[in-house]
Amino acid sequence: MTPTIRKVVFSLLGLVLLVLSGISFYESRRLQEPVVVSDGVSKVVKLSTYFSPLEGTANDCNLYFFEGKEPGATFFVLGGTHPEEPAGRLAAWIFAENAVLEKGRLIVALSANRSGTTVTRVGGAYPPDFTIPTAWGGQTFRLGDRWSNPLDQWPDPEVYIHCPSGQELAYVDIRNLNRCWPGRPNGTLTEKTTYAFMEMIRKEQVDLVIDLHEAELQYPVINTIVAHEKGEELATMISMTLTDVEGFKMGMEFSPKNLHGLSHREIGDHSQAISLLFEAPEPFLDATRGRTTREQMLTGKDDFVVKAGKHGLLFEKIDENGWPIDIRVGRHTSAVLQTMVSWTEAHPDRPMVCDSVPKYADVVAKGTGAFLHAPAQARRDRLYHE
Amino acid sequence: MELIISIIYYCLVGFVSALLIYNLIKTKEWQKELLTIIVLIPFLLRLFMLK
Repeated sequence: MTPTIRKVVFSLLGLVLLVLSGISFYESRRLQEPVVVSDGVSKVVKLSTYFSPLEGTANDCNLYFFEGKEPGATFFVLGGTHPEEPAGRLAAWIFAENAVLEKGRLIVALSANRSGTTVTRVGGAYPPDFTIPTAWGGQTFRLGDRWSNPLDQWPDPEVYIHCPSGQELAYVDIRNLNRCWPGRPNGTLTEKTTYAFMEMIRKEQVDLVIDLHEAELQYPVINTIVAHEKGEELATMISMTLTDVEGFKMGMEFSPKNLHGLSHREIGDHSQAISLLFEAPEPFLDATRGRTTREQMLTGKDDFVVKAGKHGLLFEKIDENGWPIDIRVGRHTSAVLQTMVSWTEAHPDRPMVCDSVPKYADVVAKGTGAFLHAPAQARRDRLYHE
Repeated sequence: MELIISIIYYCLVGFVSALLIYNLIKTKEWQKELLTIIVLIPFLLRLFMLK
């Protein structure tokens, strides 16, 4: 073989690899995730409605509005702050596809950091997506990452100085939606996104914000509610009731006053709303995990994390049964529903009553996919995409 | 400012890609040819804004 022919063969081989990987990245960034909204959804608007510079950007996400038959409080549920914590996103999805409000108003975001859903952890060997099995074949979601996509926001600074506190944070957290509250109108894409959410919270007179997350088992803030001081009593009631009634442990912690940029701190400080953050366990995030696969993410089973637990390195128990996605999603749906119940008990003049959303036991028994609806059979006016 | 930095970055990526292609043409060792092709792929993906 002559050198020229050899170069051409190698180049063609490289071209094949380039095209295959290019298609994978392109499709991953543009995967359409269907949302068959519940009949309880009264309108769907873009986040840029509240801050026009976001229009046309990756983070101009959908906001799903539910209007109750009777007036009451206004809640805002944030899914997808950290897209690689999918139980939060899926729980919000279940609300968007099933909730019917009797009293009050509910606003739901499924892709709070939509840019973060379009990228995976660089060097982390993350799968680009995962599929939740359903009776109609399964629904595929982008897995995403903790941070906004560098294609949408870069370069990162040497040190991220949070605004308005001036606190110095890790450089990469300038792309972390949950380090950028309350945002800046002239800031980065992530800061503009949180600023837009703050504008929405203020204009819609939101009473309570719930930010849904997952955490690695080696992280001490796990299976808990992190509450702004305005919501301490409420969070305590939710925690006690969930632990007593629903059959799973849920703690409660105070939002540190000197830790800035987080939703549970800044939303409460910079708006009328109470801010709560819910954490569920996700072994997929643990640094000591084994292979980073779709199966590991969905089953929450990992021998290496179990071994770490035997060495006392974890803040939450894990055994060979792992932490399956249905348990993690069910914890979140029950926690949000219980928040509505506890809120209504404390504020009977501004109630919040929601029907048709499955609780923990239902999600665990039937699976998350049982509460996702087939887009092929949906009415066109009820079908949206994330 | 971000736009200017982005333009400079993509110019750099394009320049390095051109150097790699030049090396691919000039080298006579098959190992270096293969290595250059492998190194070139992520640069081209960046250039096409796919990663």
